Amino acid sequence: MSEVNLVQAVNLALRRAMADDPRVIVLGEDVGIDGGVFRATDGLFQLHGENRVIDTPLAEAGIAGVAIGLAAQGFRPVAEIQFTGFAYTCIDQMLNHAARLRTRTRGRITCPLVLRAPAGGGIRAVEHHSESPEAMFAHIPGLKVVIPASPARAYGLLLSAIRDPDPVVFLEPTRLYRAVREDVADDGSGLPLERCSVLRSGSDVTIVSWGAMMKEAGEAAERLAEEGIDAEVIDVATLKPLDTATILDSVSRTGRLVIVHEAPLTAGFGAEIAARVASRGLTYLLAPIERVAGYDTVMPYPRTEARYMPDVERVIAAVRRVVAYT
Amino acid sequence: MMAVVDTIGAPKRFIDASAVAIATLPDFANDTTELIMLYRAMVLTRTFDAKAISLQRTGRLGTYASSLGQEAVGVGLAAAMRSDDVLLPSFREHGAQIYRGVTLKELFLYWGGDERGNDFAGPREDFPNCVPVGSHAPHAVGVALAFRLRSEKRAAVCVFGDGATSKGDVAEALNMAGVWKVPAVFVVNNNGWAISVPVAKQTAAATLAQKAAASGMAGLRVDGNDVIAVRHVVAEALAAARRGDGPTLIEAVTYRLSDHTTADDASRYRDDAEVSRHWPDEPVARLRNYLVKSGIWTREKEDALLHECGRQVEQAALDFLATSPLPLTAIFDQTYASMPADLAEQRDEATRRAGEDP
Repeated sequence: MSEVNLVQAVNLALRRAMADDPRVIVLGEDVGIDGGVFRATDGLFQLHGENRVIDTPLAEAGIAGVAIGLAAQGFRPVAEIQFTGFAYTCIDQMLNHAARLRTRTRGRITCPLVLRAPAGGGIRAVEHHSESPEAMFAHIPGLKVVIPASPARAYGLLLSAIRDPDPVVFLEPTRLYRAVREDVADDGSGLPLERCSVLRSGSDVTIVSWGAMMKEAGEAAERLAEEGIDAEVIDVATLKPLDTATILDSVSRTGRLVIVHEAPLTAGFGAEIAARVASRGLTYLLAPIERVAGYDTVMPYPRTEARYMPDVERVIAAVRRVVAYT
Repeated sequence: MMAVVDTIGAPKRFIDASAVAIATLPDFANDTTELIMLYRAMVLTRTFDAKAISLQRTGRLGTYASSLGQEAVGVGLAAAMRSDDVLLPSFREHGAQIYRGVTLKELFLYWGGDERGNDFAGPREDFPNCVPVGSHAPHAVGVALAFRLRSEKRAAVCVFGDGATSKGDVAEALNMAGVWKVPAVFVVNNNGWAISVPVAKQTAAATLAQKAAASGMAGLRVDGNDVIAVRHVVAEALAAARRGDGPTLIEAVTYRLSDHTTADDASRYRDDAEVSRHWPDEPVARLRNYLVKSGIWTREKEDALLHECGRQVEQAALDFLATSPLPLTAIFDQTYASMPADLAEQRDEATRRAGEDP
């Protein structure tokens, strides 16, 4: 057991996966001697050499496409895209090929790969470095979409993603990379992908979120407890496939749902969760479902981004509204 | 070491359009059996092509991309490959697929709209057709990289059209293949037209083989209507790949005698006169004339071959038409290796509605 931050947990999981399985290969821009721009692949090149830790030319679609070819041949590639703002050219490869090779060939060719990318804002980076595109990937049949929100979940979920027989998009909340440290047992145990985590039990309201926004969701719950509102907090962790049962079970007990995400409101993944709860849990609901999300604007530059991203106050205000609703 | 670096010269050719050998033939071309195999595969491909179009015209096949006039590209490159190499085709390489053991029934299933057409019983590692143009080129790099990492003497052969050479995916793939010196051969099936856009509007480069230069790989042009030449240059490129000498880009110059697909009407953008000018170059008659001149082929053999190809194609079409569509459950069952709970719910609802057994 050692105390690590989220990006170190990613590194631990990669080390473990590469040690356990010779089919695991890491590729991407600057993942080799440099260890990745966030150091997620730090030391892997020294351990495993250039045949398993491959510095690629600067070509994101090509990286995804090469990973597909490797996966089809039985490797377990873990491809890093430096920022999600540069991952959009990969969507063609992920949507048209990775996600559907299995179904197109009736299972003859499969695509067990992981596309990793840091996601989200709050790191005062230049434009295109702060996007939250999870809903775009979650809309693609055949893909899995995973977003860890703590070092321990990053470690366990990444191991499971690498071992999964299907393509997984693994979005790492950049803002949390070095925000917290926790004990992570480097024991090779994966966490189930199709499972939400209930981080805090409560009886008055369910707050559902994922990624970096878990920080705001958790802080809001603590503050709300001081005023006597008992919030249950759920980390979705795997957006696709979605563990609807855990969310519905929670709402059946609390009767109120607030969904928090950093990505823009319209057609964000919160809409999917709201729709599922509305269609199957309407009778549980004591108040309208609230979504606290990024605005339907372009992600602003860093001087404005803190006011764009949902903060604790917005989450608390939404919870107060649903609790006060009659 | 680059085998051939003439990216701008006349395409490599052994047999000219009048079926005269204009250069010393490669060894395999002195073997009558080999030549007949090439000829037979091209005739079978063309027979399949005609049947596919007639099935489409009568509503029994989906939109179909004809390979009329381009049979030598697919057959020639496939004949150069070993069975454990991997083919990554575009969508006009029926000849290559047939040569490599994809069955005619599988091809009919694919073009008839059934995923089982991609579940090849023969070449299990070959990729299915790639419809988003050129986007399979990076896969070939990954496949070839896998071979290199496992120290296997295998190679990936990726085929795409002239239009694909304008795509970023192809540029990225060629560049990566060059940097990593992977055992891959890229074949540009330059049939002159990307639907309605001629090559002259596709690129200002003098040839498509020149696209190899910036990737640091060998590039060359070949007469895509001379199946002997196609097989020869692809075999040389594959040998170089297996030696560790890296990838090659081959521009096979041919001509699309058909519409782009059965949904296209080329008379909207292309003069019939141009098509007529290209008919004398087509590859099947060229090899047949050469075989006849060489005393290898006779009218009787030709009739027997046409009969045999027709019989095979008719039987495959019947087998395809007799195959029931997949049950609706099948689309759910192959989305993931194991069924997620929410997809299982959709599957149950869909199958109940369709009145199928879950």
